Amino acid sequence: MLVLALVMVLLVWNVVDQARPSISEFGVGFLTGTEWNAVTDKFGALDLICGTLATSLIALLIAVPIAIAIALFLTELAPAVLRTPVGMLVELLAAIPSVVLGLWGIVVMGPFLNDHVEPWMISHLGFIPFLDGYPSPVGLLPACLILTIMIVPIVASISRELLSSVPSDLKAGAMALGATRWEMVRRVALPQVGAGLVAGTMLGFARAVGEAIAVTQVIGGSLVRPQNLYAPADTMAGRLAAQYSGAATALQKASLAYLAVILLVISLITNLIANLIVRRMRRRLGTP
Amino acid sequence: MHTNDKSGIIDSMSDDVSQSESTEADVVGEPGLALARSQAKLAEMAGQHGDSPQSGRRVVFGLEDVSVSYSGMVAIRDVAFDIHENLATAFIGPSGCGKTTLLRSMNRMNDLIQGAEVAGRITYHGQDLFGAGVDAVEVRRRIGMVFQRPNPFPKSIYDNVAFGLRIHGMKDNLSDRVEQALRHAALWDEVKDRLKHSALSLSGGQQQRLCIARALAIEPDVILMDEPASALDPVATLAIEDLVGVLKNDYTIVIVTHNMQQAARVADMTAFFSVDADEKTGNRSGVLVESGPTSDLFIRPSDPRTEAYVTGRFG
Repeated sequence: MLVLALVMVLLVWNVVDQARPSISEFGVGFLTGTEWNAVTDKFGALDLICGTLATSLIALLIAVPIAIAIALFLTELAPAVLRTPVGMLVELLAAIPSVVLGLWGIVVMGPFLNDHVEPWMISHLGFIPFLDGYPSPVGLLPACLILTIMIVPIVASISRELLSSVPSDLKAGAMALGATRWEMVRRVALPQVGAGLVAGTMLGFARAVGEAIAVTQVIGGSLVRPQNLYAPADTMAGRLAAQYSGAATALQKASLAYLAVILLVISLITNLIANLIVRRMRRRLGTP
Repeated sequence: MHTNDKSGIIDSMSDDVSQSESTEADVVGEPGLALARSQAKLAEMAGQHGDSPQSGRRVVFGLEDVSVSYSGMVAIRDVAFDIHENLATAFIGPSGCGKTTLLRSMNRMNDLIQGAEVAGRITYHGQDLFGAGVDAVEVRRRIGMVFQRPNPFPKSIYDNVAFGLRIHGMKDNLSDRVEQALRHAALWDEVKDRLKHSALSLSGGQQQRLCIARALAIEPDVILMDEPASALDPVATLAIEDLVGVLKNDYTIVIVTHNMQQAARVADMTAFFSVDADEKTGNRSGVLVESGPTSDLFIRPSDPRTEAYVTGRFG
């Protein structure tokens, strides 16, 4: 316990130490700066922060309903013979190395999106701002979907654990009152595990924010701010992974470390918020 | 002569109960009170033979050669008898005789268990419960159920009672309906000042009465009770039994119990089940031994197995 805490403190201190030149050069302005130029040695993180938040939140928005649906299917609807194999399949998805997933993103998903999905979205949903533009095999959309694929198994297996922990006599109580299975799920099972679902979702968010390799492979690593959902962009973790070993100047290296500091702060905040929500929900429900 | 017989049965019955039947009502608390009640009830019933409790009453459930199996394993087989309106009918018998299984078939709660299958016919007001076009959800709305362990939702007392009302869209006068249900379940006076408190803050007996109120709120026709007092202390048990006595004026009650004194205290009619090995396969499954007015079963059992059970020689 103490060793763990010590390692944590040392790690954070080390990262902050590395970022120090950039912190003293750009200060808080780093957060709002939009330039990332190794030639002029000017660095700002705004576009990257936006890229990270956008890809993670969109991925979360798609992944959480799918994950909960999978968990509900596995705990409530699937016949007993399907539960174990499908459950294992979902967990196997979490075991795929992200670099392999990214490779699949480059070879299969990117071209497919470029040829079929994005043209359709542009012609049908183009009236919505940010959804109009030109198809691209790399960009925000494939990054979001890769992250979705990575989050679904995490949130699904947590949700499944939670939902299968709902006491069967509570479920029976609801059914005996003439509730349909869906009413039972919505009014008894889900509220019962709501706090845990929030915590699981936050875990998925943290995973998405921190994912570097697979995102780098499909997002296009653009230095320009994306004008639409299909255009190449970049995230903090992606930029960090792609540029650190080839950084041209000491200040660029320090700025990349600064990105790491921001990532640490984001995961810290995520964790705190999750804790707060979980605690509040527990108090309201009076359940452990 | 007859009276001697009866007291003999009851004596040996109570001996058995205090030793083996670990129902709290008889072991802790006020065994004297519970015992006195069951004796008084039996004496009262013995005096009124000739006029069967079910005569002139409508049949609510008709069981015709009912067998229930789980994944091919027969839990109870070939049960046939009727359950009548506004009476309390008890299912008694040793563990494993399938009485709970049978009860859970009567509101199709068994549908929820994978592999459960009902053969034969269970009719409800003449209609086949398992017939095509019968909606199990509607069946459960009309035929309420109270479980062995109190299972209130982790919500407020009010929301527990309102649960069924809300899902069935009975939202007009919600508060009145909740109050009415709590009054019917003899719980209103104890909780009226803390309706917004968590149901989990109630005692076990109060929780069980809350579960009864929750079932009553949606205006069912029948209440099925699966050993409703087996997890309760003696005072709470008597409260539940008193409630059964009142509720049967408005509802048909079926109560599973392994406590014979409880059956004697609350039930007008009793069905006794036992475990039997199949002659061909050797598989053990529950069977109905006999059913009829409770006083007949306890005082003039027609089957030697019933007599053995009610006198405490087995079970």
